[in-house]
Amino acid sequence: MTVLMVLIRRELSLAWARGGGALLAVGFFVAAAVMLPLSLGPAPARLAAVSAGVTWVVLSLASLLSLDRMFERDFDDGALDLLALGPLPLEVVAAVKCLAQWTVSGAPLSIAAPVVAVALGARPEAAPMIFVAAALGGLAFAFLGGTGAALALASRRGGVLIAVIVLPLLTPPVIFGGAAISNFADRLPWITAVSLLAAYALACVALTPFAMAGACRNAQS
Amino acid sequence: MFSALANPARFMAFSRWAAPILALVAAGLIGAGLWLGLNAPPDYQQGDTVKIMFIHVPAAWVAMMAFACLGGASFISLVFRHALADAAARAVAPLGAAFTGVALVTGSLWGRPMWGAWWVWGDARLVSVLVLFLLFLGYLALRASIDDEAKGARAAEILALVGLVNLPIIHYSVQWWNTLHQGESVMRAGGSALAPVYLTPLLLAGAGYSAAFGALWLARIRSEVWRRRATSLALRAALA
Amino acid sequence: MTEHLFSAGKYAAYVWPAYGASVLGFAWMIIDTLARARSWRRKVDRLEADRARET
Repeated sequence: MTVLMVLIRRELSLAWARGGGALLAVGFFVAAAVMLPLSLGPAPARLAAVSAGVTWVVLSLASLLSLDRMFERDFDDGALDLLALGPLPLEVVAAVKCLAQWTVSGAPLSIAAPVVAVALGARPEAAPMIFVAAALGGLAFAFLGGTGAALALASRRGGVLIAVIVLPLLTPPVIFGGAAISNFADRLPWITAVSLLAAYALACVALTPFAMAGACRNAQS
Repeated sequence: MFSALANPARFMAFSRWAAPILALVAAGLIGAGLWLGLNAPPDYQQGDTVKIMFIHVPAAWVAMMAFACLGGASFISLVFRHALADAAARAVAPLGAAFTGVALVTGSLWGRPMWGAWWVWGDARLVSVLVLFLLFLGYLALRASIDDEAKGARAAEILALVGLVNLPIIHYSVQWWNTLHQGESVMRAGGSALAPVYLTPLLLAGAGYSAAFGALWLARIRSEVWRRRATSLALRAALA
Repeated sequence: MTEHLFSAGKYAAYVWPAYGASVLGFAWMIIDTLARARSWRRKVDRLEADRARET
């Protein structure tokens, strides 16, 4: 267990240091959200209609930001080779990396999301659901994003490639989360949407580590 | 090296005849289907736009089929490390993207007179075909960006499998999203209620499109086998 | 029998572009596939001829 703890602590501090960590993701998120009233005009009714949806989309984009350094850094300095030889299977290492990514970018984003959405005109009652959806969706974004980052490892050009690979895969969580937020705000049944989002996030947590480990071994070979 | 060529040799002998025969079958089936289709009377609801159905729906069918083939070939290549399966996966992706593109353009041209808009987000099938197109593009982009051939093949296989697992969920989620935001009355096409005068040409064209896809796929796998042989011969010549 | 052949009525502006797009799609696939196959096949032939000459 102590090996796992050491790994978790290492990944957390790396993720925190990586490209400014939480500050970068939240900064991008807020800055992108500010662009919305600037491009749509300040009319509150128009902003309120799209606030929750836009928050959700910008959130999924913000979670893609620091992905390209997720595996690349350890790959470059040889730490990934050591981790592969270490006592923990690469699948666990990949899962811990994604959880660390979620802790430093997904969790702060899910706190910022309700604030931004309400500032744009979403009903304050929707805030709890935006928080829950952002936290659950962020989990799916982190693990699917990690899969894209691990696959792009062999290409030596992360960035846009990761986004092109990952964005179509994000369709289900974006739909489920968006539905949960809008249904909750409109006082419609929202249990189904949240359960689907949670189920999808858990499936990502359970399955994508195998794809990530396969992709890392492939890049190392 | 030569043991790996043993099976491709058998494949080359087979596909040399199978590809042209399939192409002829495809031309016959598509010709017959379109002849009947272009002769079909205008639908009482859709008018003459029903004639777009005979080329749009088969393209969408083949696009889905192509992704299933991509996933299947990738699975075989990943599990059994079969070189020909990787060639097949590599060969099918551009075809799938092309069929998906044709389905999107014809669907849009069908939607304009029917819905009064070039694109209607209310049609779940159109939206899932769009996501399918993006999945093909992601696969092609990943494959093109990795210089090392073996590594590129393996990474692309993993992505294809992730996409294959995701595709039914994407399809379902888009449908669910569609019922959630129900507004437009979506036209029903390809259902069992279709009159035989439309169903027969549609099925003929569908079979013809599938045969054409098969012929093109075989031809592209042959091309890929030659490409690999040329690369290894050039390497051997450079080392000698 | 052929009274409806090639008649698209007021929807001709949508029906024929759709057929045109499909023809273009197929033309691209066929030409690209055959051109690739031919060029690689020629390359293999040339390299094999080179090797035969050397040995």
